[in-house]
Amino acid sequence: MYRYDEFDHAFVKERVAQFKDQVERRLAGDLTEDQFKPLRLMNGVYLQLHAYMLRIAIPYGTLSPRQLRMLAHIARNYDKGYGHFTTRQNIQFNWPALGDIPEILELLASVEMHAIQTSGNCIRNVTADHFSGAAADEVADPRPYAEILRQWSTVHPEFSYLPRKFKIAVTGAERDRAAVQVHDIGLHLKKNEKGELGFAVYIGGGLGRTPMIAKKVRDFLPEEDLLSYTTAILRVYNLNGRRDNKFKARIKILVHETGVEELKAQIEKEFDALKGGELSLPDADIAAIQAYFTPPQLPARPEGEALLAKEAAANAGFADWLRRNLHTHKNPDYAAVTISLKGIGEVPGDASADQMDAIADLAEEFGHDEIRVSHEQNLVLPHVARADLKALFDRLVEIGLATANAGLVTDIIACPGLDYCALANARSIPVAQQISQRFGDQKRQEEIGDLKLKISGCINACGHHHVGHIGILGVEKKGAELYQITLGGSGDENTSIGEIIGRGFGPDEIVDAVETIVETYLRLRDGQDESFIAAYRRVGPAPFKEALYGREAKAA
Amino acid sequence: MKLLTANRLIDGEAVWLGEDDLWVETIDQAVVAHTKDEEVRLSAVGLMSLNNNEVVDVNLIDVELVDGEIRPIRLRERIRAAGPTTHLHFGKQARPQEAANG
Repeated sequence: MYRYDEFDHAFVKERVAQFKDQVERRLAGDLTEDQFKPLRLMNGVYLQLHAYMLRIAIPYGTLSPRQLRMLAHIARNYDKGYGHFTTRQNIQFNWPALGDIPEILELLASVEMHAIQTSGNCIRNVTADHFSGAAADEVADPRPYAEILRQWSTVHPEFSYLPRKFKIAVTGAERDRAAVQVHDIGLHLKKNEKGELGFAVYIGGGLGRTPMIAKKVRDFLPEEDLLSYTTAILRVYNLNGRRDNKFKARIKILVHETGVEELKAQIEKEFDALKGGELSLPDADIAAIQAYFTPPQLPARPEGEALLAKEAAANAGFADWLRRNLHTHKNPDYAAVTISLKGIGEVPGDASADQMDAIADLAEEFGHDEIRVSHEQNLVLPHVARADLKALFDRLVEIGLATANAGLVTDIIACPGLDYCALANARSIPVAQQISQRFGDQKRQEEIGDLKLKISGCINACGHHHVGHIGILGVEKKGAELYQITLGGSGDENTSIGEIIGRGFGPDEIVDAVETIVETYLRLRDGQDESFIAAYRRVGPAPFKEALYGREAKAA
Repeated sequence: MKLLTANRLIDGEAVWLGEDDLWVETIDQAVVAHTKDEEVRLSAVGLMSLNNNEVVDVNLIDVELVDGEIRPIRLRERIRAAGPTTHLHFGKQARPQEAANG
């Protein structure tokens, strides 16, 4: 993985010293809250309901065991013993004291981490496929390009005060696991007919109060033009994006209001002026960054299959886990393993300090020192020998992280919601926990099959509800929580925005409503091979409306 | 009926304005404003405290009395007063347990 060079170290250290001074001046009263707030946000410090919250960047979701142990240390000594992995592959601590944060940032800097660009109207942490560098189906590892974008965008003077925040995601496989079409810029790394690497470029996707699917503006951008073209997009956005209305300031609105053809023409014009200039990426520079992401040396471990078959036959729980939580690795002796942070009835994305330490140990023992954070709020060990899977599983059982539910209805994305978040209108986590308990039976959830359920506690959509096969949006109506359901959303290579199915449900009704939807799907699906989303796309909303609202739906 | 609430600057702890214009850490010790004049006075104390860099995010919130106990009208404020509903061992709600355990 990428290691800081002397410039990175010096820069992050300098930023920590700068923020330490800013906190000292704030506590001494030399800075007002109005002066300090933008400064703290630039360093990932938010104020939530109960305390400050520190959001730490995990670039493209890649962590080393040393870094994860430091996060555990911070959770244990500066927070309440746990952290929350987010839908942007970051981690949040919910209870740090402002006075402690400079010290926390110093500790993070010692393991090459920081909290810069996790807030504010800048280019945020660049996200990527969590199976990057491991997945059998990828064309190339997208992380070197995410790292190049990270270096280019870090405190970029021209793009530090954009009209609004700006999110970039990169995938290196046809099967999109990074949801690139709901980002401000989505990049799909691919090869052309000559075998050269480049990107399909999407712009103007996003969720929030105005969900939009990105528009493709380039089918194949040569890799050397990555920064020139991205700069051209950002320049056009920075110049023309709306600054009069926060809710209309994202690039998706600019794309929508200008029209993609016109905007594309403006971008291409800007790109023509930049092309071939200092932003062109020389092969040597790309290779130098790629060298940091050289896959680990994976020794042949062909003994795996016989062992697995024997152990799976003897242990049903292990067999379930093998069926659900593995992703096919480039090397047939290996697998990418999802460690579910969605234990039945647990808080999605939360991990205790002890669990983080234990996962760091497991990554060293079985995982070639790599850990990933997925935008679906799970952790991944990308390179595990199939022969070691049983030993790994046994250890995960010991720490309560062997839930065999990756991709199932209980693998729920949920934002922190009103239990923590100052923006939220309704709680998300308790709804996720109740749905998880309702569908917790392994046999039942496997019978239901692949189903992405996503919950947001407000219209900002951190829980990605718009792209949930079943999406739930919590709102406040007459002082009470109300949950609106959308169906048919999807955040992959066939991105779609879910449709609101009808009136909302109270906190006591929402789990039953989800069960009604799932039961309706089971009744109408064309065999077990037809997934929820495929069935929904075939039959549309009518049968679900009918099941949820009965006569009411017919009258409407 | 209203109360004045804020978060303490140094650690973000949710606090309410109590007797003698001191910030208190539990809502049951907060002073209730029953009249517009009392609300204005609480707000003035809050603004001064904000300017003195003791607290941030100062707000007047609506409350009612239920069986003699202060209860915020909005769920948001009830959660601030108690702690996360999903982690009953964290936040203010954990304090009696801590005392009982301690």
